[in-house]
Amino acid sequence: MPLIEAKNLSKSYGAIRAVRDVSFVVDRGEVVGFLGPNGAGKSTTMKMLTGHLRADEGAAVIAGFDVADQAVQAKQHLGYSPEGAPAYGEMTVREFLRFAADLRGLADPAGSVRQTLELCRLNEVAAQTIDTLSKGYRMRVGFAQAVIHDPEVLILDEPTDGLDPNQKFEVRRILKEMAARKAVIVSTHILEEVGELCTRVIVIAKGEVRCDESREKFLARGSDLNAVFRQLTA
Amino acid sequence: MSSSEKISSPGLKPFTAMVRREFAGYFRTPLAYVFLAVFNAFAVSLAFFVGGLYESGIASLDRFFLYHPWLWAFLAPAAGARLWAEERRQGTIELLLTWPITVWQAALGKFLAAWLFLACALLMTVPVALTVGWLGDPDWGVIIAGYAGSLLCAGACLGIAAIASALTRSQVIAFVTGFLACFILVLVGYGVFDELLAGLLGSAGVDEVRRLGLWRNLEPFTLGLVDVRPIAYFLSVAFAGLGLSTIIVERR
Repeated sequence: MPLIEAKNLSKSYGAIRAVRDVSFVVDRGEVVGFLGPNGAGKSTTMKMLTGHLRADEGAAVIAGFDVADQAVQAKQHLGYSPEGAPAYGEMTVREFLRFAADLRGLADPAGSVRQTLELCRLNEVAAQTIDTLSKGYRMRVGFAQAVIHDPEVLILDEPTDGLDPNQKFEVRRILKEMAARKAVIVSTHILEEVGELCTRVIVIAKGEVRCDESREKFLARGSDLNAVFRQLTA
Repeated sequence: MSSSEKISSPGLKPFTAMVRREFAGYFRTPLAYVFLAVFNAFAVSLAFFVGGLYESGIASLDRFFLYHPWLWAFLAPAAGARLWAEERRQGTIELLLTWPITVWQAALGKFLAAWLFLACALLMTVPVALTVGWLGDPDWGVIIAGYAGSLLCAGACLGIAAIASALTRSQVIAFVTGFLACFILVLVGYGVFDELLAGLLGSAGVDEVRRLGLWRNLEPFTLGLVDVRPIAYFLSVAFAGLGLSTIIVERR
């Protein structure tokens, strides 16, 4: 059973068709790089997969549960970090993660918070309010709430956006560590990330899937990935 | 461990976590303390200086409760403005709606936490009742009925505030629209719009509309009359507001 299934997803905002008939499946162990220009429909597709937006047509299935009809079960198997890693700024990191753990009904919330602080290297800022954190830490907090329940499905919208090279390296390291047991979708503008992180690439432009292939095949398209990207998304 | 093993049967845990966070959220900023102080200052000074609670020489709180619709019309939207507007502004609504809790559970949790906060404000005025008890010999049953009525009235204003908050990402806009809607409900009860409505609805219709006023429905409580109609009125406004705000959030 694939862990993520997008079945003919479509979404319009008024007259603009943001996503048209997007379909793909992601299995355990895959890290899919979701590439595309700004406004291509990446975030909209992710929002439909996570159940935040209702699809006009089509369906999204997470770990066998339809996100519209079996929303709560689907969401229990899903970790999602939206673009910009929003969080309750007035809470401390520890309080925020504890809230996430409680809301998810975890059996050992305190233990899960401890492990997640460790995994995401957040211990030193655990008692700080999120508003006072630097961007790098904020992004990691967003990532931490997405993995606190060790979900089978992980969907991350630009998790390395605005991070310095060291911080990017750190996020990729954590992702690689856990990727084998999960199905992961990561959206990004950074083409180098494909080579370092992903096992597969989906390129989306103007709301349509332009290419869906293994990392090797994608990298073989040419040595200048920027040119490949421009050509695919034109 | 995979996610399925880590999750015990969550039961009410997510819901209580929601109520706790929202309630504690009020006290994370100075707003809560300002709010409690303002509520108390106005509740007490309106009763004594405008209502002449002391000069009346009657051991009763009806002059104290008389101003509560005004207070709630102003302060329930102030407390309720953050319910959804703040989630939208911070972008956390996207987290909340992708966490395994239904929109209804989240909305009810938020609403109850806010109502509980308003109840705290109301509870802080108990010294007024104790003063009246010390000076005279009031009917405590009537006073308790008055407090119950005031709390229900707060819930109705909060229901309206919840709708206003669900519609916008700005707490200021949520507050102003919520306040205006509640304010109209206060004025309706005093017959301010009677002439305007008379042409449209006829005199029988005008009377029906006047029944929708907040004070009209609170007054029986302050006289010790606990009637089904005002209870139904306040609860239906509260829950209609809760329901409508939930639908607005769900349909995003």
